[in-house]
Formats: sequence, C-alpha cells, structure tokens
Amino acid sequence: MHAWLERQIPKMVLAPSFVAILIFVYGFIGWTAWISLTRSKLLPKYDLYGLIQYRRLFAAPRWDTAMDNLFLFGALFIGIAMALGLLLAILLDQRIRAEGVLRTIYLYPMALSMIVTGTAWKWIMNPGLGIEAMVRSWGFESFSFNWVIDPDRAIYAVVIAGVWQASGFVMALFLAGLRSVDSEIIKAAQIDGIPGWRIYTAIILPSMAPIFLSAFIVLAHLAIKSFDLVVALTGGGPGYATDLPATYMYAMAFSRGDIGQAASSAMVMMGVVFAIVVPYLYSELRAKHV
Amino acid sequence: MSDFSAFSAAPRAVAAPARPGQIALRWLLFSLLGLFALFYLLPLFVMLTTSLKSLEEIRSGSLVSLPREVTFEAWRTAWSGACTGIQCEGLRPYFWNSVLLAVPAVLISTFLGAANGYIIAQWHFRGANLIFSAMLFGCFIPFQVVLLPMARMLGWMGLAGTIPGLIFAHVIYGIGFTTLFFRNFYVTIPSDLVKAAKVDGAGFFRIFWSIFLPLSLPIIVVTVIWQFTQIWNDFLFGVSFSQAGTQPVTVALNNIVNSTTGVKEYNVDMAAAIIAGLPTLLVYVVAGKYFIRGLTAGSVKG
Repeated sequence: MHAWLERQIPKMVLAPSFVAILIFVYGFIGWTAWISLTRSKLLPKYDLYGLIQYRRLFAAPRWDTAMDNLFLFGALFIGIAMALGLLLAILLDQRIRAEGVLRTIYLYPMALSMIVTGTAWKWIMNPGLGIEAMVRSWGFESFSFNWVIDPDRAIYAVVIAGVWQASGFVMALFLAGLRSVDSEIIKAAQIDGIPGWRIYTAIILPSMAPIFLSAFIVLAHLAIKSFDLVVALTGGGPGYATDLPATYMYAMAFSRGDIGQAASSAMVMMGVVFAIVVPYLYSELRAKHV
Repeated sequence: MSDFSAFSAAPRAVAAPARPGQIALRWLLFSLLGLFALFYLLPLFVMLTTSLKSLEEIRSGSLVSLPREVTFEAWRTAWSGACTGIQCEGLRPYFWNSVLLAVPAVLISTFLGAANGYIIAQWHFRGANLIFSAMLFGCFIPFQVVLLPMARMLGWMGLAGTIPGLIFAHVIYGIGFTTLFFRNFYVTIPSDLVKAAKVDGAGFFRIFWSIFLPLSLPIIVVTVIWQFTQIWNDFLFGVSFSQAGTQPVTVALNNIVNSTTGVKEYNVDMAAAIIAGLPTLLVYVVAGKYFIRGLTAGSVKG
C-alpha cells in the first residue's frame, strides 16, 4: 500500500498542472469554438446556428483588411527579419573584435515591450516633428515620410518597427547555428582553396536548414500574435487600415460587444497558427522518439 | 556583464590582413556593422534625448539633436503626474502593479515548471509524454482563443479586474513554457541518478530538493528571466483582465501616449516609455547570456 502510494506521488504532483491545462487551454478553446457557432452578441448564447458567424466574418470588409494586412505584414516582417538577421550573423561571424558589444546592441530591442517599441517609432515617424521634419530641415523641402498616418503605407510602418524589434533575435539564432557547424569541414574546404562565399552557400547555410525553420516558426508566430505593436503604433488606424486579426478580435470582444464575431475570428487565428506550427511540432516530437 | 567583456579585452590577434583588397573588405565590414548598430541604437537615443528636452525645444529643434538645456521635468511628470485617462498620477502606481504582479507570477510558474519538468523527464509513467505534448501545444495557441472564457472565468472566481486574477492568468499560460525549459534540462541528467538515490531510500521530494534543485541554477535563471520579460512586457492580458486601478505599466504607458486630451507632451511619452522598458532592459544588460539562452531554448531544441 505504501509503495503504491509512493508510486502515485509524481502523478499527483503533475495532476493540478495537467487539469489546469485541460480546462484553461482545451476547455476554453472548446468554449470559444462553441460560441463561434452561435448568435451570441453582448452575452453568450448557447444555441447552435451553424456557420453564421464565419459567414459574417468573411463578409466583413474590416476582417478582409485584417487578413490582407496579416499576410502582407507577415511576409515582409518574416522576410526582412530573416534576411537582416542572417546578414548580421554572417558579418558578426568574421572574427570581429567587438562582437559581444555589437551582439548586445543588435539584440536589446527584443527585451522591450512592443508597446515601448511602438511608442518610440510612433514618435520617430511623426510626420510633423520626426524624420520627415528632420530631413526637411536639412534642405530637402519636398521630402515626405508620413507612413504612420497614410492608410496605404501605415502597415509598412508597423513592419519597420517589427523588424527593428525581432531581427536581432534572428541574428542570435543564426549566429548560434553558424558556430555549431563542424569547423573541420570548413577548414578542409579552406585548404582546398574554396572561396569564402562558396563555403557559406554550399556548406554552412544548407546545414542550417533546421534553424531557418525555427526562425520562420517563431517569426510567423510573432506576426500572428502581433497586437501590442499595432495598438501602440497606429491604434489599428488610420480608420482600420492597419487592423490585424488580433486587433479585430479585441475590438469585437471588448468594445463592440460582439462576442460571436470575436470567437469566430479567434478560431480563424488559431487555424492559421496551427497550419504553420502543427507540422513543425509533429516533426519535432517524432524526431525525439526515434 | 559578460557581454561587455569584449570591450575591455586585450586586442586579439586577428588573421593579419595582407592584401589591400582584404583591408578594404575589412573596412566595409566594420562600416556595415557600425551602420546597423546605429539603426538599432537610434530609437533609444531619440527616446532619451527627447525625454530630456522641453516641449518648446522639441518643436523647434531636430529629432536627433542633443538637448540644449537638459531638464528632468518630463521624467517627473511621467513618473508621478501624467494622465492615463481621467487619473493623473503618472506611471508610478502602475509600475508597482507590474512589480506586484510579475514577482509572484514568475515565482509560481517557475516552481510549477520545475516540478513538472522533473516528473516528466525523470519519473516515466504511461501518458507522461502525452501530457507533455498537451502542455507544449498550449504554448503555441494565440491567446485570443482563450481571452473571452478567461475573462468570464475570472469574473466567476471573483478575480475580475484584480492583480491576483492577472497573476492567475500568467501562471496558467506560463506553465507550458516553464515545463518545457525544465523538462529539456532534466532530460540530460542520467536516470541512473534517480535509481541510485531510490536504492539509498530517498523519495520523490527528497530527490527533487537535494539532488535536482541544486543542479538547476542555470535553468532557473533562464526561466525566471524569460517569464519576467514575458509578464512585464505583456499587454494583451493586462488590457483585457484589468480595470482602472489595477492596470500594469504597459497598459498605463499606452494610455498616456494615446490619450487624446490636452497638449501632446512627447517628452513625457518618451520618459514614460523608458521607465516602462527599464526593468527588462536592465535584466538584459545584466544577464544577457541567460536571456539569449531562454529565447533560443524555445526554438532550437536539442
């Protein structure tokens, strides 16, 4: 009896966390999924009405804008942050004396809240007093940089701030990857007289494929969850020009009192995340069991 | 401070650049690195200089010019006088809200992660891997999908709009990551250790306290830093689950910056942004190595 109890202790200690995850993750996803199939407005109603909320969602121009923005922002944010991060990592990998300092400088934005980042860039890109005014005062009177208030350009302003924040992190990932490449192979290639850039494109980068994937997953995840950055930088505006699914969901849930729409938009967001993350997680977990 | 050691270290012997072409390349490399450093430092520099200028100087001067007359007025206002909506108490009360919320949330979630990771990595039983997968999966959900039911649940528990409610939310949704960190750390410890300890008569808790916890300092530091950064910088939970008096500092900062009443005080906005960012920035400067390890632990799992 005592031995049996002894063997149950690990399960008993793990149980509260497991139950909490079951309720607060899986149960709550279930609740949101259910609500997304009802006609709930200000308060939840539990009678099912099929896909009515999703039909409303996909018919809403504002949601259209939010999804378009997500793909535009996501593509640019991921693409630029990856390219910049890789470039920085390769530059830093050239036996630089001040590498530690430079690394610290490139990565510090990642420690900041996106609200802080958004606040700073909002001020820098302020048309009246920021970069625009500065360049004009240098004599370029016709210079214009008003992206934060231009409905067609505001999303690019969000990309700039996002890249500033996350590219250092990509740099850190790639740098760790570059350092883990077998130095014997590189030495052998150098002895064979293979030029430096060929060593990168033919040997080092291909061996870093898993790190490209990791960086992509993390950045995609950041892009889909981006909420704070848009709130602080543009407030979703002008109008709803920079709405993302996350800000749409928040607006429906807490200011429009339309929780049916909030629930269905959240479910679509989760769908997008899982389309990207689940294949990755699956392969990760499988690889571990082999 | 290890990240700054390169600054003071004696110049290392770099492979001597012989040909002029290589010297030019070296210069190009350094100027590129320097330009990028400027790009990353510019916002911090602008924030700092703007926060030390008077409004008048901001309107007449240039974005990147140094303040002609340094004034700390904006800092004082940001800390104790700026308006977040109708209240004008500055960031101070909200800063303490964030401290009161982050400290317990970090400690509880780290402790739970350590216990969970220890069990999953060392006390194999049927279903343990399934439970781990279930927790891991929870790390990746967009929080929007739990926002509505969590708000209702907190209301139902009587915790709506309170700091304990926010702590609760951060602990629950932090468990996945903290468990992941500790599990991945404990997996590398040979299971013979537990077997030997059991032979010697040590039980589940004894082995945890006397053998595993003392080994865990590095991963505890990584986890605490990760959780602190996440929770301090959180905005979504803060804005969704708090009310007028209990908002964390990020929400208050956003309210100060985006409040539409009165004259726009850019210097106060910048001082407030620096204050809100200072704790995590400080952690980063002091323990950057562990910060990076936490960032990469989630994505490059070995």
